[in-house]
Amino acid sequence: MMPTVIQIPSPVDPSAEGATPDRASEPAVSMAKAIQLRGFSAWYSAHQVLSAVDLDIAANRVCALIGPSGCGKSTLLRWMNRMNDTILGARASGSLHLHGLQVLSPDLDVVDLRRRVGMVFQKPNPFPKSIFDNVAFGPRLHRQYGRTDLEELVEQSLRSSALWTEVKDRLHRSALGLSGGQQQRLCIARAIAVDPEVLLMDEPCSALDPRSTASIEELIRELRETYTIVIVTHNMQQASRVSDTTAFFDEGRLIETGETDEVFTAPRERRTEDYVSGRFG
Amino acid sequence: MSAGRAIPIARRLRHDRMLLIACLSATTLAVAVLSALLISVFIQGLSSLDWHFLSSYASRKAANAGILAPLMGTLWVCAICGLIAVPLGVATALYLEEYAPRTRLRSLVQLNIANLSGVPSIVYGILGLAAFARCFGAISTDDPWTLGSPDSLFFLQLPFGRGVLAGGLTLALVVLPIMIIAAQEALRTVPKSLRHAALALGSTRWQVVWKVTLPAALPTMMTGAILSMSRAIGEAAPLLVIGGVLLLFSVPENLMSDFTVLPLQIYNWAGRPQDDFHKIAAGAIIVQLVLLLLFNSVALFIRHKLQRPLQ
Amino acid sequence: MTAIAARAAAELAQRGRVRGVAFRRFYERLLHFGLLGLTLLSVLTTVAIIVVLVKESGGFFFMEGSEVTFVSFFTGTVWSPLLGAKPQYGVLPLVGGTVLVTSIAGLFALPIGLLTAVFLSEYASPRTRMLLKAILEVLAGIPTVVYGFFALTFITPYLLQPLSDRFGTYNAMGAGIAVGIMILPIVCSLSEDALRGVPQSLRDGAYALGSTKFDVTARVVVPAGLSGIVAAFLLALTRAIGETMIVALAAGGLAQLTANPAEQVQTMTAYMVQIFLGDAPANGIEYRSSYAVAMTLFAITFVMTWTGALVLKRYREEYE
Repeated sequence: MMPTVIQIPSPVDPSAEGATPDRASEPAVSMAKAIQLRGFSAWYSAHQVLSAVDLDIAANRVCALIGPSGCGKSTLLRWMNRMNDTILGARASGSLHLHGLQVLSPDLDVVDLRRRVGMVFQKPNPFPKSIFDNVAFGPRLHRQYGRTDLEELVEQSLRSSALWTEVKDRLHRSALGLSGGQQQRLCIARAIAVDPEVLLMDEPCSALDPRSTASIEELIRELRETYTIVIVTHNMQQASRVSDTTAFFDEGRLIETGETDEVFTAPRERRTEDYVSGRFG
Repeated sequence: MSAGRAIPIARRLRHDRMLLIACLSATTLAVAVLSALLISVFIQGLSSLDWHFLSSYASRKAANAGILAPLMGTLWVCAICGLIAVPLGVATALYLEEYAPRTRLRSLVQLNIANLSGVPSIVYGILGLAAFARCFGAISTDDPWTLGSPDSLFFLQLPFGRGVLAGGLTLALVVLPIMIIAAQEALRTVPKSLRHAALALGSTRWQVVWKVTLPAALPTMMTGAILSMSRAIGEAAPLLVIGGVLLLFSVPENLMSDFTVLPLQIYNWAGRPQDDFHKIAAGAIIVQLVLLLLFNSVALFIRHKLQRPLQ
Repeated sequence: MTAIAARAAAELAQRGRVRGVAFRRFYERLLHFGLLGLTLLSVLTTVAIIVVLVKESGGFFFMEGSEVTFVSFFTGTVWSPLLGAKPQYGVLPLVGGTVLVTSIAGLFALPIGLLTAVFLSEYASPRTRMLLKAILEVLAGIPTVVYGFFALTFITPYLLQPLSDRFGTYNAMGAGIAVGIMILPIVCSLSEDALRGVPQSLRDGAYALGSTKFDVTARVVVPAGLSGIVAAFLLALTRAIGETMIVALAAGGLAQLTANPAEQVQTMTAYMVQIFLGDAPANGIEYRSSYAVAMTLFAITFVMTWTGALVLKRYREEYE
């Protein structure tokens, strides 16, 4: 599907940073559905947060981005659906392909990108609306539904985030009455409801208690069959539990990436070993 | 899962653009209104501004009229209002924020203050007339208790009658809720940790208030004081009830003197049909606005000075 | 080294004179009750307002020879206290005048104020925002009598009368627009507070689902801040109802029940001005009628501010 061409105010200056990739010189995207970064760098004003990252993320797998605070992993995540557009002075260069879209292109339809790339935030952020309206929010933006279709969609979304049985009797009560863990699963359901291809999760369990964390982790493992999932986490155990591949970042550089088992048990780099064994960070 | 008909992106972007245009036009209109107001006042009033205008009393002829009496009246009344309302407002705010237990009673008092800030100012005029000018009828106005001679600066009488003091006190009632709410907000900006630090050193509650909280909140409180005093300077309705619209040929000599204020003088002139009087009304408005601006900048300057040692 | 310093400090600390505990307790008590007393003044003010209004309007209703009853006062459609042999006191024309002027003010100020608030909180850069806020502060500081002058010398002759020659020198429209300009800064700054109080995380959540700015603003931010906005509207309308000088100057002096904005109307406040400036004898029924009008006005604004404060309180609880 080609994105509709629209003019958007983009923080990326193509002429200066060469962000508009010349298709011919770009390496072919190896898989039809995957995320591929080449020479990706990012700045907040003059401060460089990521430099020259090359990374491949396979489709329908869970990729964990780990590393100490300020290593740039959240920034990378926020570039994948261009959430950084809302931040003044944020810009990036290099190339970032996501399921066939050139994410950094100034001609990209950001609204469509974000429909295809769902995001779950650190702190659960349900809208102060009913549970039903929260899940229906995204679908209503993009399409006009008949009532039964919408009800079915909401139910399916809530089922896929394992929340349906808990909330089916109070769909029209405020979402703010849910517990933290339930709220976060609601946010996942909300993201699922727009039928995304990729799910980005920015430390989705950092504000939750251990039991809610366990249920979200279980959910992530089940969801990878349908979605490509990129998760930022501070919690090493979590990364090893939920992810298939892991990318370790430090000081704005990608230090090491590979199968999660390998990165945790037989890291190639000394810094990775120190970090995953808890010696720093 | 994609049942339903897709909403074309073009339509969504059109909504987006329409909102921006609507917001921009509304903002432009607000700015345009202010400009129109200032420009029309200045065009009408600039020609009547001169020393004679500032230093003369009222007159039946527009060309000879001046604003000395209302100008001095405004200064007297506002000084009294500030001297009463600011300390009283700060004291009330201190009690509510630092002392009062968080009970139902406190929230009731709080709600009462919010309500007072919504009472039309002319109603305060009625209260002031009954309470200050007439002492609720407890003492006859024809036979007041007096202290000192009527010519002296320190002349006092009970009831106060329709003088400067009654006017100033009434204005203080009008701005008191504004002052309280502003001072409370200022106190809330002081971090709890500062108070805890002082308490942990064994300070009494008052010592915490006097040496820590108040100095830290003072600059913000100044803003509140400016706000309430700007309101006081421009109030006309309650003073109209207290003093009526007078054409005075004297400036106030003591707290019991008759008075008029600039907004009332403006009202009087603006209400006449002749263009000449509209012109001097506009002149008085310019003086009023300059006074307001002067007052605001002095207060901002003081606030700036106070803020410096804390940074 | 540090141990020695600590011992020295302890010794030095002992040197000061001890303050009496009893005195300190007494002093604290005194201050506590002093402040409490000053706080209760605000309660006393409310009580005093109600007592004065009830007592004086009681004089109006139960005066000897007065034929006014509560029913005839609150349902009467003719207000002619100073005209004719048999004065009539039906408050509805005054209430109607107030409602007409307030409605015009609201129709002008609420949409414009809300849209400006949206612009300030969602679109404007920090610098533009600072500048516009300063302009709004200037507007908020202008004495209301100036708006009355503006209505009389600019809005009516240069904006309204060219549109239609049915607008007289005094009309509800000009006064209403001027009152609208007066409440614009209140609507705007309070609604902006409400919009900015909506957490950024909600905006992020909405954008991440593929919202346009319109979607974020109209479907998330404004609904989330709605109770704050409603409270802002209520407070602003209360100010409009109680506004005196603008209507006294520009709305006219004829109490009539009309919905025509080109006609002149008399509001409750304007009638009070007329009485307090006029030469009606202080014990006469005309004079006392102004207290009954004031009582009505006070009751209306009291209900509105009460509602506004409750809405605002609920709004604050939502986010705390």
